[in-house]
Amino acid sequence: MIEAENLVKNFGSICAVDNISFQVKKGDILGFLGPNGAGKSTTMKMLTGFLPPTSGTARIGNNDIQKEPLAAKRLFGYLPENGPLYQEMTVLEILNFIAEMRDAYTTNKKNEVIEHVVETCKLRDVRNQSIETLSKGFRQRVSFAQAILHDPPCLIMDEPTDGLDPNQKKQVRNLIASMAEEKSIILSTHILEEVESICNRVIIIDKGKILIDEKPEEMRQRHPHYNAVEIKLGNTKLAEIKEEIQSIPEVKEIQINGDDILIIPKGGKDIINIIFDVTLKNNWSLANIEKAPVLMDEIFGDLTQN
Amino acid sequence: MRTINAIFKREFFGYFRSPVAYVFLIVFLIASVGLTWFVGQFFSANDASLNRFFIFMPWVFLFLIPAVGMRLWAEEKRSGTWELLLTLPVTTIEAVLGKFLAGWTFITLAILLTLTMPITVGYLGNPDWGPILSGYLGTILMAGAFLSICSLTSALTKNQVISFVLSVIICLILVFLGWSVFNNLLTSINIPVWLIDALSNFSFITHFDPMTKGLITIADLIFYLSLIIFSLLLNVLALERSF
Ligand SMILES: Nc1ncnc2c1ncn2[C@@H]1O[C@H](COP(=O)(O)OP(=O)(O)O)[C@@H](O)[C@H]1O
Ligand SMILES: [Mg+2]
Repeated sequence: MIEAENLVKNFGSICAVDNISFQVKKGDILGFLGPNGAGKSTTMKMLTGFLPPTSGTARIGNNDIQKEPLAAKRLFGYLPENGPLYQEMTVLEILNFIAEMRDAYTTNKKNEVIEHVVETCKLRDVRNQSIETLSKGFRQRVSFAQAILHDPPCLIMDEPTDGLDPNQKKQVRNLIASMAEEKSIILSTHILEEVESICNRVIIIDKGKILIDEKPEEMRQRHPHYNAVEIKLGNTKLAEIKEEIQSIPEVKEIQINGDDILIIPKGGKDIINIIFDVTLKNNWSLANIEKAPVLMDEIFGDLTQN
Repeated sequence: MRTINAIFKREFFGYFRSPVAYVFLIVFLIASVGLTWFVGQFFSANDASLNRFFIFMPWVFLFLIPAVGMRLWAEEKRSGTWELLLTLPVTTIEAVLGKFLAGWTFITLAILLTLTMPITVGYLGNPDWGPILSGYLGTILMAGAFLSICSLTSALTKNQVISFVLSVIICLILVFLGWSVFNNLLTSINIPVWLIDALSNFSFITHFDPMTKGLITIADLIFYLSLIIFSLLLNVLALERSF
């Protein structure tokens, strides 16, 4: 379990992290979301013991990172922002170094562990290449490999998909998702679709403060168009249609935009079936019906702007 | 121990991953041997000792050891790898020691390459081996003290040039305080002798000279070891940003 308790970090007069608390339990993939400069990296640096907090406590599996740093550090893998690596070392040399630092593996066991992670992160073809000769995507994968090498119960990743192309992003996300069950994972990002696709919890921070801490689905409900339905009809008796739909008790509002009709429910209710039945009953020739897209960006923008 | 060993290996072999290591070894050899021959007039002196070799050591170290030491931590800070390193299960002391010992071993290797000098002397004359051995011990200890200061300064910045300049300045002071030319200068401007003596106690030269003459004292050994320990402790504190 990863735990932050009233973490505060001041840099001179700048308050980068302002009293943050949360827990990441086994099975959680927590998306740590916020605009640039929100304090995500600073929080992670305190969780991993790289920066001492101004006040507050960080714990990894009940070990205070400041008081019992070694016990705590054995329990997590960390992917720092931008995945820093020793440029002149080869992939295998780095993994070998990390393995030696991590555990007193026997040579056989060590090679097995490295072999496994090379396989998982698809690094076989570049294993004897030095980091400086690798593309950004491969470097990020090496960083990821060093973080999961010892199969840690906790994973802390600062923008793990930063700088990857869409395909690589997807691969890394799948990899993270595949490990989710037995681990406590926290990853920071400013990409919303990342949170939607793999996280089961989301924290939004801005200016060092937590704005929300909830499930992605709960976050979607904040959107004014949550569960809204969009229909397209063949006929043009718009006034009649509008009146009919407005008389449905679950409907809060109806917006007409050319052929497109947007129906917003009361209290975020799921009304798509009701609307469908109404269109059938009235014999409107239904060309299309779908849920209105809920763009998390809009929620995010609303939350972090003021 | 295991982590010190892993860091040591990475760092030590790291020197040989770039041509800089070979350049250093060659420059060190040329500088130390060259100064002895041409400035120290090694041959015409007809002196079967290595005094004329050892006497230049503090001056050669003054520039070459900061060149080795400047990257120890500054480079890790610049590239961000210290975040990777210090979030592994390792104490800061172990990390500092591992890197320092690797640098020290590398410099010791360079120093041992100059063993061609005593071998030449032994071939041509009949030297007293005692002072040569103790001189080498002193050289290696002094190198460690220089390097510990460079390790500290390189932990204060992510800029290798700043790190280099800082360590040259500090080492320059520690050399000058015991340099006879400088001490004579101080005497000539009426600085009290007791003060000059006290200051020269902090100098590399003061604690190195006796060893080149075959005299190993506990005080000199303690000077170098405590300087190393003191610098490395400050080094740890600098990395942990606890001051
Ligand atoms: N070492 C530092 N010294 C001074 N200010 C810093 C330092 N590190 C981060 N900050 C400031 O703290 C704030 C949070 O930064 P950071 O945690 O990196 O944000 P994020 O990762 O969310 O983009 C920013 O305003 C940044 O300028
Ligand atoms: Mg960041």
